[in-house]
Order: sequence, then C-alpha cells, then structure tokens
Amino acid sequence: MTLAAHPAMPYAAAMSSRPTALILTAAGINCDHELVEAFELAGAEAVPVHLTRLIREPDMIDDFDLIGLPGGFSYGDAIAAGRILATMLSGHIIDHLRAAIDRGVPMIAPCNGFQIAVQAGLLPGPWGEAPARTEAALLENDGGRFVDRWVQVEYPRSRCVWTQGLQSAGAAAMLPIAHGEGRFHASDETMRRLEDDDRIAVRYAVDDDPNGSRGRVAGICDHTGLVFGLMPHPERYVSWKQHPMWTRLDEQCDDTPGLQMFHAAVAHVQSAGVTAP
Amino acid sequence: MSLHRVEVRPRAESGDPRGRAALAAIKSSGQFPCPSRVDTASVYLIEGDFDDTLVQQIADALLSHPVTDEAVIGSSSPRSEALIEVHPLPGVMDPDADAVEVAIESMTGKTVKVRTGCRYDMHGIDEDAGVRIASSCLANPLIHDVHRGPEHPDTFPIGHAHDMSVHEVPMIDLDDADLTTLSRDTHLFLSLDEMRAVQAHFRGRGSEPRDIELETLAQTWSEHCVHKTLKATVEYQGDLPVGKSIPDSERLPDGRLRINNLLKSTVAAATHQLMDEGLSSWCLSVFVDNAGIVGFDEDHAVCFKVETHNHPSALEPYGGAATGIGGCIRDIIGTGLAAQPIAATDVFCVAPLETETVPEGCLSPRRILSQVVRGVRDYGNRVGIPTVDGTVWFDAGYIGNPLVFCGCVGVMPRDRTHGDPQAGDHIIVMGGRTGRDGIHGATFSSAELTDTHADEFSHAVQIGNPITEKKTLDAIMAARDHEDGCLYSAITDCGAGGFSSAVGEMGEHLGADVHLDRAPLKYEGLTPTEIWISEAQERMVLAVSPERIKALVAVCAEHEVEWCDLGVFGTPDRELVLHYAGEEIGRLSMDFMHGGVPDRVREATWTSTEPEPAGTREPDIAVTLHALLAHPNIASKQDIVQQYDHEVQGRTMVKPFVGPSGIGPGDAAVMTPVRGSDRGLAIGTGLATGWCEDPYLMVLAALDECVRNLVCVGADPGRIAVLDNYCWPGCENPERMGQLVRASLGCYHGGLAYRTPFISGKDSLNNQFTTDTGETIRIPPTLLISGFGIVGDISRCLTMDAKSAGNMLVLVGDTTAAVGGSHLVRIASDSPGSRELPVTDLQAGPATAKAVALALAGGIVRSAHDPSEGGALLAAAEMAFAGEIGLVIDAEAMRGDHESLAVACFAETPSRYLLEVDPSDIPALEKTLGDIRYSVIGRFQSEPRVTMGDVLNSSLDELRASWQSGLTI
Repeated sequence: MTLAAHPAMPYAAAMSSRPTALILTAAGINCDHELVEAFELAGAEAVPVHLTRLIREPDMIDDFDLIGLPGGFSYGDAIAAGRILATMLSGHIIDHLRAAIDRGVPMIAPCNGFQIAVQAGLLPGPWGEAPARTEAALLENDGGRFVDRWVQVEYPRSRCVWTQGLQSAGAAAMLPIAHGEGRFHASDETMRRLEDDDRIAVRYAVDDDPNGSRGRVAGICDHTGLVFGLMPHPERYVSWKQHPMWTRLDEQCDDTPGLQMFHAAVAHVQSAGVTAP
Repeated sequence: MSLHRVEVRPRAESGDPRGRAALAAIKSSGQFPCPSRVDTASVYLIEGDFDDTLVQQIADALLSHPVTDEAVIGSSSPRSEALIEVHPLPGVMDPDADAVEVAIESMTGKTVKVRTGCRYDMHGIDEDAGVRIASSCLANPLIHDVHRGPEHPDTFPIGHAHDMSVHEVPMIDLDDADLTTLSRDTHLFLSLDEMRAVQAHFRGRGSEPRDIELETLAQTWSEHCVHKTLKATVEYQGDLPVGKSIPDSERLPDGRLRINNLLKSTVAAATHQLMDEGLSSWCLSVFVDNAGIVGFDEDHAVCFKVETHNHPSALEPYGGAATGIGGCIRDIIGTGLAAQPIAATDVFCVAPLETETVPEGCLSPRRILSQVVRGVRDYGNRVGIPTVDGTVWFDAGYIGNPLVFCGCVGVMPRDRTHGDPQAGDHIIVMGGRTGRDGIHGATFSSAELTDTHADEFSHAVQIGNPITEKKTLDAIMAARDHEDGCLYSAITDCGAGGFSSAVGEMGEHLGADVHLDRAPLKYEGLTPTEIWISEAQERMVLAVSPERIKALVAVCAEHEVEWCDLGVFGTPDRELVLHYAGEEIGRLSMDFMHGGVPDRVREATWTSTEPEPAGTREPDIAVTLHALLAHPNIASKQDIVQQYDHEVQGRTMVKPFVGPSGIGPGDAAVMTPVRGSDRGLAIGTGLATGWCEDPYLMVLAALDECVRNLVCVGADPGRIAVLDNYCWPGCENPERMGQLVRASLGCYHGGLAYRTPFISGKDSLNNQFTTDTGETIRIPPTLLISGFGIVGDISRCLTMDAKSAGNMLVLVGDTTAAVGGSHLVRIASDSPGSRELPVTDLQAGPATAKAVALALAGGIVRSAHDPSEGGALLAAAEMAFAGEIGLVIDAEAMRGDHESLAVACFAETPSRYLLEVDPSDIPALEKTLGDIRYSVIGRFQSEPRVTMGDVLNSSLDELRASWQSGLTI
C-alpha cells in the first residue's frame, strides 16, 4: 500500500463490515506501512491519510473505528521528538481526535506516535473532570544514543484494551524498540496517579530497561483504556519470523504478542462497538 | 521585522545528555584541558514580525516542554567562564530550523526565518580553551561558526546578488601549459588531452566557450560521471591467470596484452556472457540505470546500488556520510520508474582508532568513524530505511582518505523497471531547493585530496535534510502508483553534477531546453552556472508529459513537496540549450557532451612480489584466539549497528545480530521485499583488502566471501547478483593501473565461475592524500563486493548461532597453509605458514557453495557460518558464544595434515563453511557434499566452554568478552 490519496476510500470502507483504521501519515512518519499491515492482519481495513488532507477535511476522522499514530521522525524530530507534529495536531484536529475517543475509538501510538500523543495531551489524558494537559515526557535515552534492539517487557494489570489478552500471560515477553528519545519522565504525583489508575500498560523487565525510564514505563493508556502509547513497536512483531530468535523457536501457531494487541482492539470495536458521531 | 533569540535548556531534574556527550567527546580527544561539566541549551534565532508576547507563546507552546525544559527569551546569564556557542554557517543546511519555520508558520500564520544553534557553558576552563575545544570537538569550521558568548545578531545575512552576466573563457588560442593551468585553477580537473578536445570543439564552433558550457563538459566528463579510466584501452604487461581468457583483447607484437575498454571486457563481459548462458530473463537491467535490476518474483523486481562518498567524508564526516546514504537512496528512487528503498548497507575503511599523529588537514580516525556512523544513522533512520549489513576495515593507509561505502536496495513492480523521457515532456524537479552547497562535488571527488582541500572545497561539503528526502520519496511513490497510472515517463536523481548531469543524461537522445531562473533557490545570489552544477541534496528530476503535470502537482501539494518546471526535453538538433532570464547562456550538442571524451590508452604493468619467508614460532592458540577476537576488523560492531534502525518497515527477517542474546554476528541479512510473501532477499558483502598484494586474488576472495555469507543464511547460489565498488590509490602510474587490471580480471573470472552477474558498480580512483610536507599517503587498493540473493522460502533461513548440545561441528572445504595477508600474520608475524596469498579455487568454490546450499535446503543443517577473517577456530568460537552453547574441538581433526596447528586454526582459506549438524544427519550431509572434502572437528556441549585438547579452554563469557572489547566508538 502506498501513501497515495484514496479520495473515496474511507467512506466506502465505512460501508463494509470490516472496521476501518485511520493511519496518520506526515512528513517524516516512516512506520505507517507496517502499521497498516498490522491492522489489516487483525481484520481491519487500514487507510493511510496524510496530515495535510486531515487538516483540510477533519470531519473524515468521524468515519473511522480505529486510529493509528505511527512511528518515525515526524518533521525530523526537530526541537524534540514528535514536538512539531504534536503542535500541528493540537492546533488543527485535536478536538476531532478527542471526539473519536469519546465515540469509543481505540488509538495506538507506538514510538514517535507515543512522543506525539504525550505532547498533544492525549496521554496520560484527562483525570476525571480535570482537562488533559502535557504532564509526561519522553526524553533522550540515558545512553545518549539511538538504540535498536529487542527488550523484555511485562504487561501489568491495566485498563488498556490493547493489552487485555497479554496481561494474564504474566511471564516477560519480547518486543522490538528503536528510538533515541524514549526515557519516560513524569512527576512523582503523575507517576502515582498512573499506578493508582491502572494506566501503566507496558513495563520494561527488570534489568532490561533500554533508556532509563521512570518506573521502567514502556507504555501507558488513558482513562478509557482506548488510547495506548508505547515506545516498543508491536507493529514490527506481527509474524513469528520477525522475532530475533525465530530460527531456534519451535513452530508457533498462535498470534505474536504484537498481533494480539491489534486483534484485541479490533475485537473491542466489534463487541463494544463504536458509536456514530 | 526583528530578530528574536530564545534559549531552551533542560531542567536540572531532566538531565542533560547532550552535555554529557560533549564532555565525552572532549575527553576522548584527549588533547585539551577537560571541563569539569558542560551545560547545554538549544538556541533559536527567529526573524519575523512578532511582539514579545507572541515570541513567549512560541517559546512555551513549541520550543519548550512544560515539564522538562525552561525557556528564556534572549539569553540567560553565563554559568561559567567559557560560554561558547556553535551555529551553522550562513547557507549551510539547517534541517531543524526549516522544520521550526513550518511549525511557527502553522501556529501563527506568519512567515519567519529561523536559525538554530547550541550553547555550551563549560565549567572549570577559560574562554580561549572553550573556543579551542568547541572548534575541534564540537564544531567543524567548514560548516559551523564558533561564537564567544551568546549569538544574537540584529538580522540574518542575506545572499548578495552576483554578477549574472555570462563570461566567455578564452581558450581557443591557449597553449598546452595554459590549458593545464586553466583546468586546474578553475577546478575542471580535465586532462590535457581532454582540454585539447574541448579546445578543438570550440575552434570548430568559431567562438570561445562560455563558462557554463565549460563547466557542463567538466561535470559530464568527470571521472565520477564517465569512469574514463575503467573504460580506457589498456596495454598490460605482466602475468595472467593461467588458462583464463580475456575477451576483446589482443597480444601486441611486444608481448603486451591490449584490452579494449577494460570495464566492458571484464566486469560487464562476465554479466553478458552469463546472460547469454541463461540469466537474461533474470537480469532485467544491468549497468545502464542508477542501479542494477533483477527479477524477484513474478510481479516484482529488486535493485541494488552501492556508492562511495569518500572525499566529502574526509572533510566533514557527518555530512559526508549522511549525504552519501541520501544520494544512494535517491539512486534507488531514480531507478526505472522508481523503486521503494527497503534496505541500506554500509562499509567504512578508516585508519586504526589509536593512531596518534594525524597529518595536517586530516581529522582523527576516531572522530571520522564516530561521525560517519552518526551521519548514516541520522539520515537512514529518519528516511526509514533499515541499515542491515556492513563492516569496518582498519588500515593506516586510510588516514587521509577514509572510504565510506553506502548501499541501498529497492523493490519495484516489474512494469516499473524502465522509463524513457519523451520529446515534449517537461523537466520537472521535485524536492529540495538549490543552493551554493555541493558545488564541484563531481570534479572534486575525481581529484586527489591535499592538505589545502578543506579550504578549497568547503563548498563541496554539505549537510542533508532526510525529511525532505522522505517527503519526496512518499510523493514519488504516490505519483508512480497513481490511480491514473504512473504520472511521469522517466525519473533520475540529482547527484554529482546536479542539474547538469541529470538533465544532460536524461536528454542525451532528445536534447533539452532549460530555464535556470525557474529553479527555487535556498537564498538569492546564485549565478546561473552555480544553479546548473549545484549538488544541493534531495532533488529528483522527472520527465512529465504536459497533460499529467496537474495531477503531479496535486500529489506534491499533499506531501508538502516543492517542485518546479525547468523546461522541456527535445530540441530540433538534439542540443542542450540553457537560458537565464530569457537570455541564452549556453548551447552544446549532446553528441559532443556524451561522445566527445577522447579515448585514452593506459599503460599497465604488473610484477608479482616474492612472499616473505614463513615464520617459525608456533603461537599460543588460546592467546592468539582471544587477540584475534579483539582485532578491530573482527571484533563486534554492535556499538555501531545498534545505532541503526535495522528493523523499520518490519521486513528484516534475519537481523544483523542473531542468537538468544542477540549478539551473534550474522553472515548476512534477509529481508521480505513483498509484504505477505515468504520469498526473501539475502543481502551481504565481501571485502578482502588484506590481500591487496594481488588484487586478482583479493577480488576472488571477496566474491567468494560474499557468496558464502549469502549461502549461509539460505540464499540460492544460482540467484545471486553482485556489485563492484573500486576504490583505488590513483591510477596515473602503470603499476597501480596494473593492479586495477588484475582486480578487473578477478571480477571477470570470479563472476563467471560463481555465475554471479555484476549488475552495477562504481569507481573512486583517486584516493590518496598529499600532506603539507609533500608526502603522499595512498589507500590500499580496495574493492568491495556487495551482493544480494534470492531466498525461495524464508522458513528455510539459517542463522550462525549454535542451536543445541550434542550436534556435530563440520568444517567443509580444504584449509591450505597459505596465511599471507591473514590476521594471524598481522598479530603474530613470526608464526608458521607460507606467506603466499590464499588462492580461491574457481572449481571447488562454486561447487562447495552449491552443495552447502543443497544441504541447507534439505534441512540437515542447524546453523551455518563462514570462516573468513580470523579463520576456522575463531568462527567456531563465534558460533558457540552466539548460541550460548559450549564446544569441544578435536585438535587432531582441526589440524588435519597441517604441521602447524595455528595455521590450521587461523588460516583464512576461502570457500570453507562451518556447519552444525545432528549426528544422525552426517551420512545425509556426506551424500550431499559428494566429493567435497569435509571433517567433523567438534561437538557442541552443554558446558559453556570452548576447549581444544590442552591448548584451549575458555569460557563462553571470556570469548564473548574479548570479541566485544575490540571496538568501541
């Protein structure tokens, strides 16, 4: 699938039985192809839409059942990773995104998407009545370098709809990371509230924290459990052959943990449903 | 209009990794009083029609993070005696500033100009020391200004208008001496013969050349663009490989061999012979396009190109390497009707990192390597191309002239592999703006470096903007796969020579009518000639029929990509006609541009050198093994590779590092170019610079190594295509020309023997550095073989990490006693073994590759690894610690019929494989190998040690530690 515009597609897709996923693309976004593939493998119809078009036609967002903010280096990560795209979203389409969440639309934001989501105030999101604000950050890795490797992660009990199936698994599993600014940072107060409200969805395993994150936080969700941001790349782990050790694994029949996340969100949409605007 | 300054620094609790990195860089340079601490802040200079409240708003909402940063309007008070700032020079690409401009304009609706910089408060040193440190550790004077104190000008410098008038260059009446001077002083770098040809042409025309005409010829005729040397006729004196033919050559009366067009008679000849023998349906495009193309599956083709960017990387390693990979990615986008880049490779050759004395005009090897890695990382990662394969080679000869090879692989639909511009098509340029940066890159890269080049050629150095490239790539993919069909009839990239080469090549058979004043500029003041030859990055040239321009423009708008209409392809007399502001400023016939280069006859001689006598002292096996594991050529490159995103796009099925803890050195990477398909593409390299004593054997070994790397992960040896990248220490003298002939013959005979067509290549022949004292430092002759091969089904892929205790370790192939050029001799010069270079057996090598591939496909091999640098024992140890499984080696089986055990362990004989096999599968393996020699040399064990009789007993942790200690950057 290329980034070509698909003028009629969202509307047509909305008619079909498969849930539709909006994949945001923009200058420097570069993990959109694999995110599209992950949603498609999970039974959704994924449509990449460029930011310029979304700003022109924000109402288009109302037609989708799922949303993906892909990874990459949006606008070159100038100033700080995800900062400029977050400013663009806040300035132009944030209300439509919030409305989508209110409709029950699950949203996944890996890597750069996570960096964008926290700066746009989508994560950790509102606390009760208090309006959402920027209260977390993803800072330069402790090592001061970009790192690409696979890390052990845990899925604590949380309200995140994307990791429901994985929380019971208990044992640490692997996910790929590839980032230079992934060190999760928040105030003691925010950290406590995240814990108390079950919003910490992914943690790096003890001794396998690649960036020095507070509380080994690798991913969090908002109060609805719908919006899920994480530094690892589940969309790069939808086939067992993407696992770094697959040549020594026995034949695997079930879905990879990465693909399970997308299945969970698609299933959530199909059962709980997404209300029309 | 006013110019505001905003300073953003991390709050104390957020930490300052940039400050720590700066401190580390200063420490590692070891030549300065080290500050006790370095605090950094980002500086934004914003020129626009704003009041302070708006600036405050921008600072709070855009430039700083409420939780982690503090922003100051203006400048905060000094925190130390040494307050130094580093800012890019005016005109130097500043990608962050471009992005900030976009953001501010979207926020405020006002247009702004932004520049960025970095503030360093260095504690515990004085300002002068701070300036010296900044200038040599934190900045490069070629692209940066170093300021004392906060930089806050009243306004940005603006480009001042140049004299736009066109000059005639009097040359018709010049004598040879003056022609030579003219060529050098105006950086044409044309030989006297070529200057004479140019002179004759303009005498014929009856008027002096205009400067832009002369420049166009210099660009088009540069070594970089036409490979004059490799295409020359060669008269070769010296031994020839026994029993091997050379096409299109004849014996001269005096016994010398005359080879017409060296490249055509060797590298290309192998390919065309193989195509005649059945590979023609697989090789879809060879040597003609920006990359070579072969078939992948029924609907798709894959292409591969490897470029070098040596000279720019010598002067400004970060920008040089970044624009190197950027240019190679554009080659792939500019292949056929555009391919999607899916993987990148990189190979670096630098001087040993501990080198202490560095000649005037050179950067330290450590700085070059770390900056080159950063450059590839920042550009490749941002464009989203996984860097999946590469290596680093160290040799003192690279001190003044490091080598930076950047490769890129792409995938495309089979119906998009060829493009042809049509008469009447418009010349559409997409992507970056044109600036003064990168002028004379093509001619510069064809010249030798001297200690004054940093000053003379600073304009050839540039910084890229990967996001511009990514946007352009996205737009071009959308235009290629447009619902109305491909929106253009041909595409190429703007590389060396800029517009002059791109338009000149596309218009070769049509002519082109060009209006240079239509090109969008980064800043005012460029002369028409500068616009024409600027090598500013991230520009693609497309041929678009008039009725499709509208649709293309819409695609550009959606992807925020700038474009311009430079003119039209097709003129009555197939001429290149250049206009500026309505006035004709240049006119050349395409025939003379592309056919006027005088043929050259080059002398080449070769005398084989007598090998040194063998040493006599048998080295300690364990000590030697650990020393070899830690040799920088062999040691783990994890420090480098982990900085590359080698998994973006989610196609990397066999990754650079393998095994349970992800530290094993994979032989090659395997990608899945087509989503949803299990058909794979293995990507690997071979380099045997250590054997440059005889470039013929060097090339055969490199090719053999490349094939082994690909076969070890599961590639079909019958479907491997390769690329040649020559980097030579100059070719003016007959001996070095003779080495070039030997290497080319290696490509010919090797390519035929292994049935691996060469599909693309590149040469960089003037890699030598002349110091201020007049000494010339030459690189060793270097020829990189890059290859990719089809993997029928990736579920058959293997990795090199040992899989289970109880399995046998089998060494396939013969080990000879020749250890010339080996790493054993490098670290233990008095060890036994003949100093002859190992000879690649052109019968056994391909046969073994085929048999091993059969064994892998038959599923009787659990892991496979190729013993090359360091030899069989070292490769066996790698398999063990990569798999976290112990290994007992049978010393006598390892020794075979060798007198010296060390020779048997560490010889680098080509065409050998190490295979892990279940004992019950040994008979099946023997059957598959037929008459190919093999021996069972060990058995994997659960105890985590590698032992061999009483000469080796090391824990896996010890071996791994040695291997991981050898190279840190």
